[in-house]
Amino acid sequence: MEQGILLSTGSDIDFMIHGVFSYNLFGQEVWITTSHVCLLIVVLVLLLFFIAGGMVFRRAEAIPGPLQNVLEMAVEFLDGIVSSSMGKNGKGFRNYIGVLFIFILFSNISGLFGLRPPTADYGVTLPLGLLTFTLVHVNQFRYNSIPSIWKDVCSPLPPWLPLWAPINLIGEIAVPISLSLRLFANVLSGTVMMALVYGLLQWFATGWPAVLHVYFDLFSGAIQTYVFCMLTMTYISNAIGGEE
Amino acid sequence: MNFDENFILGCSAIGAGLAVIAGIGPGVGQGIAAGYGAAAVGRNPGAQGKIMSTMLLGQAVAETTGLYGLLIAFLLLFVKPLI
Repeated sequence: MEQGILLSTGSDIDFMIHGVFSYNLFGQEVWITTSHVCLLIVVLVLLLFFIAGGMVFRRAEAIPGPLQNVLEMAVEFLDGIVSSSMGKNGKGFRNYIGVLFIFILFSNISGLFGLRPPTADYGVTLPLGLLTFTLVHVNQFRYNSIPSIWKDVCSPLPPWLPLWAPINLIGEIAVPISLSLRLFANVLSGTVMMALVYGLLQWFATGWPAVLHVYFDLFSGAIQTYVFCMLTMTYISNAIGGEE
Repeated sequence: MNFDENFILGCSAIGAGLAVIAGIGPGVGQGIAAGYGAAAVGRNPGAQGKIMSTMLLGQAVAETTGLYGLLIAFLLLFVKPLI
């Protein structure tokens, strides 16, 4: 079947990635896959969630209802992790980190609802990594002078001897790649493991793989979300620097 | 020299098996982190939450190298770049 899509094997192991719809782009056959559809579903669910949250908070009460309670807890938690790891630099980043956290969490957990987690696709995680990378460098240039950045780039050696600069630059470029690959590989390994369990054990895999779902989708997904956000905050506050 | 497809597939499988040996390093590293985490909780049970989050963050970062090996194995097995 669809030969252009990675991981779409013809055997009985189903990695849950299929072409839904194909079109021609500059003479190349391009597929809309289940990943795109699942990403769209996640985004729509988040949109509905946010609209519902906005309606709840328009009529916020002193004694919160169930949804208001959950939302207040979520916002408090997100504010807590941002202010605990970024200090007073964190004020402007609460929105970004909150959106990142909720999006990645919902994407990872969507595996529980029979979707293919959108984060199991490198096309989703690399832009997230690049966003972080852009934020890091924009803030580095906003809060530091050019000479001090140059001093940072040739850091172990003095600034007039930029022998070490190429290695530091490679280290900078490795940041978004390692961030995105970590998230991608974790979610992908969970997906592949579940596909192998379901594909190879056939009828024997009834009921008990729920335990594996709890580990791969819930636990691993939540941890990776937390790690991604923590590392983003650490990199940004390192780039801003000089907070104490 | 011309190898047939099955030979390359077999070699890819061996390569994938060798690539996931990379999992040894993160295993040891995460174990050490968890051990020190447990010791820290024993010494100061009040700071359990902070120790826990620091430990998990460090473990997730240490895991990355193992995941690179896993990715290489996936590439060799499912994407089959050598054929």
